[in-house]
Amino acid sequence: MRVAKTGNEAMAEAMRQINPDVVAAYPITPATEIVQIFSGFVADGVVNTEFVAVESEHSAMSACIGSCAAGARTMTSTSSQGLALMWEMLYIASGLRMPIVLAEVNRALSSPINIHCDHSDTMGARDCGWIQIYCENAQEAYDSLIQAVRIAEESLLPIMVSTDGFIISHGMESMEMLEDAQVKAFVGEYKPQHPLLDLDHPITIGAIDFTDYYFEHKRQTIEAMRNAKGIVAKIGQEFGEKFGRHYGFFEEYKLEDAEIAIVVLGSTAGTSKVVVDELRQKGIKAGLLRLRLFRPFPYQELANALSGIPCIAVMDRSDSLNSAGGPVFTEIRSALYDLEIRPKMVNYIYGLGGRNIDLSQIRSVYEDLATNKTDELVRYLGVRE
Amino acid sequence: MGKLFEIRWHGRGGQGAKTASILFADAAIGEGKYIQAFPEYGPERMGAPVQAFNRLSDEPITLHCGVDSPDVVVVLDPSLMETIDVTQGLKQSGVLLINTNQEPKVMKDRLSNFGGKLWTVDASTISKEELGQEIPNTPMLGALIKATNLLDFEGMLEDTRKKLTKKFKSKPEVIDGNINSIKRAYQEVKGE
Repeated sequence: MRVAKTGNEAMAEAMRQINPDVVAAYPITPATEIVQIFSGFVADGVVNTEFVAVESEHSAMSACIGSCAAGARTMTSTSSQGLALMWEMLYIASGLRMPIVLAEVNRALSSPINIHCDHSDTMGARDCGWIQIYCENAQEAYDSLIQAVRIAEESLLPIMVSTDGFIISHGMESMEMLEDAQVKAFVGEYKPQHPLLDLDHPITIGAIDFTDYYFEHKRQTIEAMRNAKGIVAKIGQEFGEKFGRHYGFFEEYKLEDAEIAIVVLGSTAGTSKVVVDELRQKGIKAGLLRLRLFRPFPYQELANALSGIPCIAVMDRSDSLNSAGGPVFTEIRSALYDLEIRPKMVNYIYGLGGRNIDLSQIRSVYEDLATNKTDELVRYLGVRE
Repeated sequence: MGKLFEIRWHGRGGQGAKTASILFADAAIGEGKYIQAFPEYGPERMGAPVQAFNRLSDEPITLHCGVDSPDVVVVLDPSLMETIDVTQGLKQSGVLLINTNQEPKVMKDRLSNFGGKLWTVDASTISKEELGQEIPNTPMLGALIKATNLLDFEGMLEDTRKKLTKKFKSKPEVIDGNINSIKRAYQEVKGE
């Protein structure tokens, strides 16, 4: 059924159809609407969810960990400063192997105060043991959130699915929704593996772990993240077979014979596709790789997909402030280190704090690649200097 | 991507520019079009200048940047034209639709640098007469369809009636008032 939805409405509808046992959340722009709409479903009795209105994001994630440990299918939503306030609890969620699903809306971090899109919030959380999926549009946000429940529960890792703040979260666009019964059947009934409330099989959660076992437990979480890659692939494929929309680690757009290519995440990929089409019509072999799964990082698959392309620009909507490029750039560059012929690579930082990224800016990146203007490692797109 | 049609709405906070863009997109979906509707988010205050946008196509739309060179500009409040160049980026072959009691020719003389087609309709008065309050966004939908032929008028009317019925179950006068004002604006809008 084709409908018109904003990214936030799409994620709230997915949550309604998933019908989780518990949602604990605190409002923050631009993610507020997700939980606001969902709380309406709770009030109307459309879902059976226990909705916990907490006093902060730190409490939201703490409540999620508690309910997830008890054995409840648990979801939440946040953005920016909210994710930052969850910080210590994010690590605890993954360390305790809690399959919590978080609907995230990407927004810049203060200071200066800003409510608009960039990827600083989730990129800051990239090493906390959460699976991360970045979505291009409302459709993918909806589809990915449904898949996320299965991915989390099978990998025993928490997962965040994110959209670009305002651009996707508040932009209404065409998308296809599944029937309630289809989603219900796809996510299935949740059977928690070691719920605290299973009194016949008591366990300890959150015990102390010094020099004797901490390393081993972390090693297991690392292994779980490695295994998650296969689970993401399997569930993306199953979703595609059932509903016709296929999802992998990344999307290759006219990449196969490309001589110049951009790697980018999120909504900017859609805008870039228009530029790729323009260039292809002029006979220029331009391509695009839209990275969707950033954690676990599919480095071998990326190296395969990008091998043979002489000139690659990686676009980052956040900066590591390390003076050597953004997080996507440094990781992609590292992934390509073992290629026999290494490409020329350049990093573009763009769109911080919601700065518009338009066709002319993306054209200029391809223009730089086509004319070999790649001597500067990191460039800043659309900023006044 | 096929032919893409872009609209920019100018209004003041509270006049319903965003709602108009959403109603228009909703109606377009009913005709099988692919759509986008999004506002420009800034500090949101009653009376402050705001913009909203639509994209419309027969094929999926992947663009996710701002609208720089619209095909159509709709002005909900003519007083904005004293401080804002509403024709900025508007295609020379484009359409400009203004809520004003002035004739199109008068407005065209004021905007001598704009060579496209200019339409005017007194949506504020229509809204006051039909709804009892000045909310010009819904009548402007009717005028927009007359000025552009982008959608089937009867289909849009039916779709809007459905939306309003859902929202204003207990206020049938709001539904009829809106529908009548859309019809009147469709009939009364004049182009030059």
